[in-house]
Amino acid sequence: MPDTNRPLSPHLQVYRPQITSILSITHRLTGVVLAFAALLLAYWLASAAYGPEAFERAQALLESWFGRLVLFGFTFALFYHMCNGIRHIGWDMLLGFDMKTLTFTGILVVLVSSALTVVTWLMAYGHVDKL
Amino acid sequence: MINTPHEQRRLQSKLGRVRGLGSTREGVHHWWAQRMSAVALLPLSLWFVFSVISLTGSDYNSFIAWAGEFGNSVFLVLLVVTMFHHAQLGLQVVIEDYVHSEVWKVGLLLFVKYGAVVFGFSAIFAIFKISISG
Repeated sequence: MPDTNRPLSPHLQVYRPQITSILSITHRLTGVVLAFAALLLAYWLASAAYGPEAFERAQALLESWFGRLVLFGFTFALFYHMCNGIRHIGWDMLLGFDMKTLTFTGILVVLVSSALTVVTWLMAYGHVDKL
Repeated sequence: MINTPHEQRRLQSKLGRVRGLGSTREGVHHWWAQRMSAVALLPLSLWFVFSVISLTGSDYNSFIAWAGEFGNSVFLVLLVVTMFHHAQLGLQVVIEDYVHSEVWKVGLLLFVKYGAVVFGFSAIFAIFKISISG
């Protein structure tokens, strides 16, 4: 068995939170959240394959205030992970590593993903109003 | 450090590097697959968000009609395959980073990998069924 009593390097909580570290862990967090969103997508599609009753039950669940809250969270998680993912692809191409650009693109990701989330929901409600 | 050539950073021979493919024995395969699926998910998830917006408030019949349309069925299958593949690649890294007990780590990895296959295939068969019968 490996020796598990080795000294550890300092844990995350001893460091001062910075925009870089906060956005980084949020990328992971939203990724895990989106895995649950994928499960919900599978359930939604499966309910439609089962028939009208199962689909209506799924829709009722998603339309409840709790369902909408979860879907709103999923929307933000998707846009955040998407925007920050583009940032990651940039880093893979060695772009935007200096602190100034790093901070700027970080703030940009938060603003753009928040805006896209709000716009998506406004469009969805606008679409329902037209029906 | 980023711009230092490989040769200056490691003493391992090129042959050794090629044979061993690093500590995980798979080289950059995981890294590359994660990026490939991420790039594919960009247009697919934007298409999905836009579709869901235009589906808001629709009933069972109109949803079936939409999902059963050939192009939509194909895009849904592509979305589901890429999404579950990307999700299990990402969850794998999170588990490997934070779960230190070997038993729990391997157990969770199997759970995530099998789970992605089970839910992914369920979603694909649901789309097939809607596409063929709807």
